[in-house]
Amino acid sequence: MISVNKLCVQVGDFKLNEISFEVPEGHYAVLMGKTGSGKTTILETICGLKKVLSGTIQLNGKFVTHAKPAEREIGYVPQDGVLFHTMTVRDNLAFSLELRKWNKQQIDDRVDELASLLGITGLLDRTPYGLSGGETQRVSLGRALAAKPAILCLDEPLSALDEGTRDEMCVLLRDVQRMTRVTTLHITHNVSESDRLGDMKFQIVEGAVQRLSSKTAGEFANLTGQKSQETGATSEKSAKMKAE
Amino acid sequence: MTEQTTAVHANTLKSRSDIPFYTIFIIISSIYVLLIVAMLAAETTYTTPDHIWGAFAKPEIRYAIWLSLVSCAITTVLSLWVSVPIGYLMSRHDFRGKTLVDAILDIPIVLPPLVIGLCLLIMFQVEVPQIEWVNNLLKSISGALFGKELFVAQGDSVDDMIRKTTGLLFGKPFGVTYEIPSVILAQFMVACAFAVRTMRVTFDQIGPRYEQVALTLGCNRGQAFWRVVFPQAYRGLLAAGTLAWARSLGEFGPILIFSGATRMKTEVLPTTVFLELTVGNIEGAVAASLIMVVSAMFVLVIARMFGLTRTGI
Repeated sequence: MISVNKLCVQVGDFKLNEISFEVPEGHYAVLMGKTGSGKTTILETICGLKKVLSGTIQLNGKFVTHAKPAEREIGYVPQDGVLFHTMTVRDNLAFSLELRKWNKQQIDDRVDELASLLGITGLLDRTPYGLSGGETQRVSLGRALAAKPAILCLDEPLSALDEGTRDEMCVLLRDVQRMTRVTTLHITHNVSESDRLGDMKFQIVEGAVQRLSSKTAGEFANLTGQKSQETGATSEKSAKMKAE
Repeated sequence: MTEQTTAVHANTLKSRSDIPFYTIFIIISSIYVLLIVAMLAAETTYTTPDHIWGAFAKPEIRYAIWLSLVSCAITTVLSLWVSVPIGYLMSRHDFRGKTLVDAILDIPIVLPPLVIGLCLLIMFQVEVPQIEWVNNLLKSISGALFGKELFVAQGDSVDDMIRKTTGLLFGKPFGVTYEIPSVILAQFMVACAFAVRTMRVTFDQIGPRYEQVALTLGCNRGQAFWRVVFPQAYRGLLAAGTLAWARSLGEFGPILIFSGATRMKTEVLPTTVFLELTVGNIEGAVAASLIMVVSAMFVLVIARMFGLTRTGI
């Protein structure tokens, strides 16, 4: 369960005031909002990467508002994967397990299990250089899930992918979430992504998080569909340019 | 009519050639490149190899080579130790007075080298104040540990106190000023500033995202740095190391003032060039400078091999 109550966060001049929402255990929540609306800030605050001014964050009933990121047991998948380039894919997947001092056999078993779940067995001994966008996101997802976190935070994980890969990743995310029952918070500005994946939808408008019922989510999609697809395409381009 | 105008326009556009632009740029560039090559060619062909080998045989020059290599190696290691934490803190954290600290870190780069030497010389000649309780404490500690009393006497400078302390600790007093440690310190003051700059750029380029991910995976700050950020910074580390080494090899001004130019004692290769020139032995000066030219080339090749050209050095 993720429960955010009256959260205030400030990053530079940007401020989020009194943000509240709740994702019950085992649900796949999608948080939508325009670029610059503070989606990523909310996600990073939940992960413990931003300082909280006031309000509370509860994860699975435990208050973690000011806890260190390591103590929160969250799997975090950042926007562009951010794989550790000095390690092989295998070491990336094993990273959190080594920190938790699992023995070698356990680590090997878990890495193999994740690799077959995510379809990256063939990549294990490569370094992250030269991996495609989809492969990078799979490895990043595997690294986040390795230590079996109760909560998974995805920061626009599909925004830099082409249409085909995005579809594949949508199916994969859905399957992985169903299999592991990990409570997931996925942020995106892409409406179709949110329709396909989210069993709960939130929208951030003018600094406030609103829950959208499936119907309103549909209306939101109809109303802003074209526009958000356009902006989606632009940000995809810019993300690709950045990556290059 | 319109077609004719378009045709005229097309003609005028076509007639503008790129040749004058490139000719001027290429001429200016070649002059400078040729100047560098000519400068090195002139030096290498100035003397015969026999003369150079003769110069190498001189014990003073051998000593200078040895001292240069050893002091530069120590300076490089020290610079890396210092530049990694400073570079990281300055790159990742905002704090009150950061602009001031940033400006202070650039002082050794902009200050004339001679002035750095003079400042160091004066710093070690500053009189240590006599504070009674400190003296009593020193006396009791040194008395208990070594059976001899160490205390600040009237008019003792920082260097005198270092001599007294080392005398007590190692049985043989050695200070900093006009001794080998002064050579290393003089090189370090300048070389480290360059290493700090390089490391800061390196950590800026790596960005904080990697540590953030590592933190969520269960690292504390130290683990995130040593396991994730530091291994990624190896190129920058190598760049900072080669830069610090090259800077310290060529350091002359501060060493001349702070360490003196005593043969077989504080003589490094740039000092040799200077001393040989003042006595009119150009072969000796050329031999010493050739060693530095070869070393500089070596460093440049290493830097290129590891693709460090994009780090802005």
